[in-house]
Amino acid sequence: MTSVAHARPEGGAHGAAHHAPMSFWRKYIFSTDHKIIGIQFLFVSLFFLLVGGLLAMQIRWQLGFPGKPLPGGGILPESMVSGGVILPEYYVQLVSMHGTFMVFFAIMPLLVGVYANFLIPLKIGAHDMAFPRINMASFWLALLAGLIMTASFFVPNGPIRSGWTNYAPLAARPDLSGVTVGQMLWCISIVVLGLSSVMGSLNYITTVINHRAPGMTWFRMPLSVWALFITAILGVLALPVLQGAAIMLLFDNILGTHFFDPAAGGQALLWQHLFWFFGHPEVYILILPAMGMVSDIIANGSRKPIFGYHSMVFAIIGIAFLGWIVWGHHMFMSGMNPTLGSTFMVSTLLIAVPSAIKVFNWLGTMWRGNLRFHVPMLNAIGFVSMFTIGGLSGIFMAATPVDIPLHDTQFIVAHIHYVLFGGSLFALFAAITYWYPKMFGRVMNEGIGKLHFFLTFIFYNMTFFPMHIIGMGGQMRRIYDPTIYDFLKPQQPLNVFISYSAFALFAVQILFAFNFLWSLKFGKKAPQNPWDDNGMEWSLPNPAPHGNWERTPNVYRGPYEFSAPEAGDKDFLPQFLKLPTDRDPVPAPLPAGH
Amino acid sequence: MTHATQALDQMRPPYPAEPGAGVYSNKLGMWVFLASDVMFFTALIGSYIVLRFGAPGEWARPGAVLNVPLTAVNTFLLICSSVSMVKAYAAIQDGKKYFLRPVPGKLLRDGGLKFWLLVTMICGAGFVSVQVVEYIKLVGHGFTPAGFREGSLLAEHAAADPIKYGATVAGLYGSSFFTMTGFHGFHVTCGVISMTYLYFTKVLPEKYSPQDYRGIEVIGLYWHFVDLVWIILFTIVYLI
Amino acid sequence: MRWWLPDAGSTFAGPIDGLFLAILIITGIALVLVEVGLVTFVIRYRGRPGRKAFYTHGSTRAEVIWTAIPAVTMVALGLISNHYWVLIKDKKSVPANAYHLGVHAKQFEWQVTYPGADEKLGTTDDFTVRNQLHVIVNQPFAVELTSEDVIHSFFVPEWRLKQDAVPGMHITAWFEATKTGEFELGCAELCGMGHYKMRARVFVHTPDEYKAWVAQQAAGGTE
Repeated sequence: MTSVAHARPEGGAHGAAHHAPMSFWRKYIFSTDHKIIGIQFLFVSLFFLLVGGLLAMQIRWQLGFPGKPLPGGGILPESMVSGGVILPEYYVQLVSMHGTFMVFFAIMPLLVGVYANFLIPLKIGAHDMAFPRINMASFWLALLAGLIMTASFFVPNGPIRSGWTNYAPLAARPDLSGVTVGQMLWCISIVVLGLSSVMGSLNYITTVINHRAPGMTWFRMPLSVWALFITAILGVLALPVLQGAAIMLLFDNILGTHFFDPAAGGQALLWQHLFWFFGHPEVYILILPAMGMVSDIIANGSRKPIFGYHSMVFAIIGIAFLGWIVWGHHMFMSGMNPTLGSTFMVSTLLIAVPSAIKVFNWLGTMWRGNLRFHVPMLNAIGFVSMFTIGGLSGIFMAATPVDIPLHDTQFIVAHIHYVLFGGSLFALFAAITYWYPKMFGRVMNEGIGKLHFFLTFIFYNMTFFPMHIIGMGGQMRRIYDPTIYDFLKPQQPLNVFISYSAFALFAVQILFAFNFLWSLKFGKKAPQNPWDDNGMEWSLPNPAPHGNWERTPNVYRGPYEFSAPEAGDKDFLPQFLKLPTDRDPVPAPLPAGH
Repeated sequence: MTHATQALDQMRPPYPAEPGAGVYSNKLGMWVFLASDVMFFTALIGSYIVLRFGAPGEWARPGAVLNVPLTAVNTFLLICSSVSMVKAYAAIQDGKKYFLRPVPGKLLRDGGLKFWLLVTMICGAGFVSVQVVEYIKLVGHGFTPAGFREGSLLAEHAAADPIKYGATVAGLYGSSFFTMTGFHGFHVTCGVISMTYLYFTKVLPEKYSPQDYRGIEVIGLYWHFVDLVWIILFTIVYLI
Repeated sequence: MRWWLPDAGSTFAGPIDGLFLAILIITGIALVLVEVGLVTFVIRYRGRPGRKAFYTHGSTRAEVIWTAIPAVTMVALGLISNHYWVLIKDKKSVPANAYHLGVHAKQFEWQVTYPGADEKLGTTDDFTVRNQLHVIVNQPFAVELTSEDVIHSFFVPEWRLKQDAVPGMHITAWFEATKTGEFELGCAELCGMGHYKMRARVFVHTPDEYKAWVAQQAAGGTE
């Protein structure tokens, strides 16, 4: 009866919501249930992923076939295309908005918005987030930010023309960029998104620290939770810096301030320092959760404990820490003091160390395993092999002298896509398939899933690997027409090849979209533990009810006890399973004074 | 006890946390938020420092453009509000839910939570009001986020004594002054609004007790933080 | 079709290409190691009924090995790289006998200022040519980079030279061309809608040709 003493007289609404039948609006739209919020994020960010992909297709059309009318381009207004041919200003907008949508509204919310929300409470044995209403507000703000960003396509002069990085003074001076309202909308959208991110992150941090079920000690947390927790710390500290910068940029545009305007004493490089001080932790926000979820899936697929769990945790922390002191490597060519460049080079090269630890530990996990090649596992293996290429290609640009010819060429475009697509997106294909049963109670079709994986893997490499070669040849980023340069003409056939591959890559995603939507209704009903996994979430029915567990569950062991001797004839031993030899964990005392 | 009641209990703070931070979630959440706010102000203040020291000319002399005595009084007002916030916190810890209560043998009445939180709100609102008046006056004199307005009083002064008024970098001065103090004022406003909300929903209905005063503790943390930021801003923007 | 870096055209190309090759070999070994390991494990440890995975939580020795090897390699790579980095980018590395040219970038053109016959910038016989950069082979040159409006980036692929031109900043970048002929100068930093066409022609002359060209320009020659 001890819990009665902790009961508070106020705030019964939440508990009541658990039992009273809820209207459709309350249950699926204005929901405070972390699982529903995760699913809302999933649909919204998959939509923005599609938008970003459509923009990418137009970029590839222009680069492969400059000057040829875009198929279907007739529906675009005269401000974007002329006679069906993409205009230079529209091309720059395509590039800028592709980056913006993919980074801020597709990959980041897919990893953090969807999976931090969905997985953290389920995996640590909590009933919900610490602040469910703040969590709901976080989703609605993210959606609002996305709509504001989308709106910039429909205002006079269209969206930003200064790249997703918005380098000042181009972005700060409407007279130089030719963009007025679009630039303001970008800044406002980013400030709103930052607010959403901070609200989400403070929820994740508090939940992980305070709401772990009895027995869920720090080093019994799955690596996915560790990664999402560290990511939340990065988010809570990095996003406000971007907000501050975006506000200054906004004021430069509308109030006539001079933060980034050298003509009035402002500093052009200040924007870059602020942006990348946020931007590099952001890069790790975009990969750490993927690494964490892939770790869970590889352990499951290998039927083996993760190799070197502790060093995996410390590698996550190491990457997150180093992420704060490497921002200058985006600015090697910016005219920043070369000595500062040397410092940033060393810290950047050191990031290879924790990254290597992670890759080798994944290999170590598969070593002497008993591999099950379900779709999530295939995508996770794809992640490891593609992330390796992305990580290694980063070393070229980290070594400052080699960065000189490669900086701001298609080589960096190849690198970022190997990390963000080959890395994060493959991890997301894995994660979506893996936790689909938990979300919707059904399993995605395995045959289509495998076909989708193999075709994506092939076309993905055909699209992005040749970009390394084009970049070595010197093709600058964000140029509208490479064929006007004599030194780029010889490699134009490769650009055409990349474009065809990219179209195929996009087409293959229809398989995924079909599988995702079709399985909602017609997928095979999922058993309670479809992947024979150890995680706490599989002690619940699929989909899990609001409030998750009736009683706070107990946790008896670490998350990766696959093939443990105690498991008997099974090759997994869930965290929630009480063996006769296990004792119940003792709940910690409550905070003093409360 | 049924399962349902147990579940109901477990879903509200304080959760049976293990091992946890030893701090209840609302307070922990506020600490995390403040960490993020520190980063926000660091971006603004850091930019100010970089711009000021990298600027092509000297900043205006302290007091040349800004009204330092008025702001000093305003600073005092904000510090007072921090003190009254501490008093409010102490009051509810001692179970003083009332407004004022006579103390036998003493001339002054003893203030309770309702009194001290109201004092804090009034001081906070007073601070913002003075700031608004200051802004109106400054803009009237010609000091804008874009620098000295052409043809204004300050522009004339600056033309006569460019060193004292930092004429070459007036644009940067205006940019950083209005952005930093403006966002601080926005924070104070948010604090006052939150306190007003708590005052009517929790304080007046006497929902806080010596056993549970989490709202007061959490808003207090925020308030002291905002006060601290102001002391930094006052020093670097007005005094040096 | 070109599959490699552009032909070498300056003294920087040697060390940079060498370093590129070294990193390619190092990363190539790492890549082969990982990918071969991955494929081997996928084949060898594929799930079969009746088999059970080897239950282990890891090995400290393995962790130490695969932490130490990358760490040592990266630090060594950093030291070697830094040597050339300083040589190329440090202000003090600009040779004393370098010819100085002014390069002023603006949306969307390069304005190159030549010192004229007295070989000094900032004198009356300076002359400015749009979108043409003329230099002498085997002679160090230093360009004084400035920008009119937004950030641009001075990029000549054959010289392995890239340097941003930032408004409000004065940046010196030096190089020594080793091959005569005609090349291209592009802008490598997005500078607006005309970014792609911000192109200048680069001519590397023999000393005599250069002198003749300067004389022709001084005489009000054609652009």
